[in-house]
Amino acid sequence: MDEQKHHIVDYLTNIKVWVALAVLTILTVWVSEFNLATLTVAVALSIATIKAILVLSYFMHLKFDSKILIIMVLVTLVIFLSMIIFTFFDYLYRK
Amino acid sequence: MTTTTLPNYLEDKQGKKGLMVWLTTHDHKRIGLMYLAALSVFFIVGVLIGILMRLELLNPGKDIVDPQTYNSLFTLHGVIMIFLFVIPGIPAVFGNIALPLIIGARDVAFPKLNLFSWYLYMFGAMLALGTLLVGDGPPDTGWTFYAPYSVKTGTNVTMAVFAAFILGFSSILTGLNFIVTIHRMRCPGMSWFKMPLFAWALYATSWIQLLATPVVGITLLMIAVERMLGIGLFDPALGGDPVLYQHLFWIYSHPAVYIMILPGMGVISEIIPTFSQRRIFGYKAIAYSSLAIAFIGYFVWGHHMFTSGMSGPARVIFSILTFLVAIPSAIKVFNWLATMYNGSIDMKPPMLYAMGFIFLFLIGGLTGLVNGALAADIHIHDTYFVVGHFHYVMFGGTGFAFFAAMHYWFPKIWGKMYSIKHATRAFWVLFTGFNILYFPMLVVGIMGMPRRYYDYLPQFHLPNEISTVGSWITVLGLVYMIVVLIQGMRKGEKAERNPWHGLTLDWQTDSPPTLENFEEIPTVTEGPYEYK
Ligand code: HEM
Repeated sequence: MDEQKHHIVDYLTNIKVWVALAVLTILTVWVSEFNLATLTVAVALSIATIKAILVLSYFMHLKFDSKILIIMVLVTLVIFLSMIIFTFFDYLYRK
Repeated sequence: MTTTTLPNYLEDKQGKKGLMVWLTTHDHKRIGLMYLAALSVFFIVGVLIGILMRLELLNPGKDIVDPQTYNSLFTLHGVIMIFLFVIPGIPAVFGNIALPLIIGARDVAFPKLNLFSWYLYMFGAMLALGTLLVGDGPPDTGWTFYAPYSVKTGTNVTMAVFAAFILGFSSILTGLNFIVTIHRMRCPGMSWFKMPLFAWALYATSWIQLLATPVVGITLLMIAVERMLGIGLFDPALGGDPVLYQHLFWIYSHPAVYIMILPGMGVISEIIPTFSQRRIFGYKAIAYSSLAIAFIGYFVWGHHMFTSGMSGPARVIFSILTFLVAIPSAIKVFNWLATMYNGSIDMKPPMLYAMGFIFLFLIGGLTGLVNGALAADIHIHDTYFVVGHFHYVMFGGTGFAFFAAMHYWFPKIWGKMYSIKHATRAFWVLFTGFNILYFPMLVVGIMGMPRRYYDYLPQFHLPNEISTVGSWITVLGLVYMIVVLIQGMRKGEKAERNPWHGLTLDWQTDSPPTLENFEEIPTVTEGPYEYK
């Protein structure tokens, strides 16, 4: 693993990300007060996705890693999203 | 390469004694053999249960077991065959043994993790079989554990579900190990498109193991939580949705059928060019179709649920997607046939099993399309047509590919050769028995006989009789095959390092290989199938 460089994320960035995560968590709770009907899941998942991206990029250093790893995560994300969308083809149209 | 004087991996005990040589080994070949031993035992148990079921079904009415026992029999048979045999199957045994050899590596990327996966597998397997012995009797839900019944039955479901959960972890770790191995340990010169197709197939499979298995883990845990704490996730009486369970279950279990079949296809892609002494036709098409199958395979799970109350649009979408996945499978079949065309075909046992695979998988695949057609499935869902179909793909497909691999790498593994004559005969007995056993199931299914019942109407008698007779011939074939292989292992003639004249790296090293596989890590300059 010689080509691997160690990238160090500075404290300030880490703290910013942490604050962002906390705010997004509060947002999730706040949004749940409203009745968004069919959008409920979409909104909750969108916020969760942003949080996951933050964690992956900074805390797990994906942003500074080789492209192939990023592609792997993206494919995973696409598959995961499709699973949810396909499941909702059932729930949204069920009589 | 010169012949080494180092002991081969079977003799090289690294200073350990007795069973410890095996139980603490980090060698991929030994670990592969430990899986082989365990899988063989479970397979035989599974087959015995299958035979019992067929005996019960010989005549209408009760023959040997009562209904409740029968329910447990098919559940155990399914759980053992699926979770303990076909899912780990080829990757755990032949992936472990052959992957490092064909990519020119000394071992997998994480040898200790590899051993740990084996222990997880054994632990999960013991738990699964333990359901027989403790609690209120073995589960009777079918291998699918459908809610709400699985939440309510008094039988030992929680333990079985937990077992499947542990087995899932073993599968995930093996997948992870292989992905890293393939990315990082290919020998110099082996670019992605110089890699043998078995490695491609394992790569695609590993991704499914890694990404799909967690879903079933969570789902099964949800069942356990619902059973123990009464949280209403799936039980409508508690506000849950049973169809959600089916979604979650099949989101894993459908990709899992590609975990079963893709490595099998990889084995076939190795055997066909070797025994035709021809360059494989459409190398890239086969490699990419593995990835395509793995990818599309994630999106077709709904075809198991056409009759379970899913919405209309969802059913149509899943039916269309199901037809899509047939395309890459067909690409492979056509490429294999084109490879054989004009080749000098050598009908040795590995090739026979490979051709048996193509024939049986074709029937399995095409009957799969019948199931995938929305309108047709409404009629045949949960009939014996489905039972016939999935035995053709899982047993005729993966099972035969497993046997093909066993005959193909046998001389490499043991450094000895089995009797070609008897192995050939065993194949024909097995192949004949197989079709007599399962073809009538397709017919009686179309006639309307439902699956998972210990009894049936008198008009279904004849096909059931034929099928039961077929099960005896099948077992005869299996016993014959096993005896021939064990004889070969014990007393067979010494095998050369390359008895089949293959070009992949596994055949360029000793039979059996040394602990480190290669004296010197090889460098490759051309593709793996450059025959003439
Ligand atoms: C000689 C060998 C075998 C025999 C005689 C046999 C027989 C049967 C029969 C009669 C059933 C239907 C039970 C019912 O619906 O009432 C069944 C179900 C099943 N078999 Fe086999 N089988 C054999 C081998 C295999 C193999 C090798 C596999 C997998 C690789 C397999 C996987 C399954 C599965 C998953 C089920 C469904 C269980 C369920 O409904 O939950 N079988 N088998």
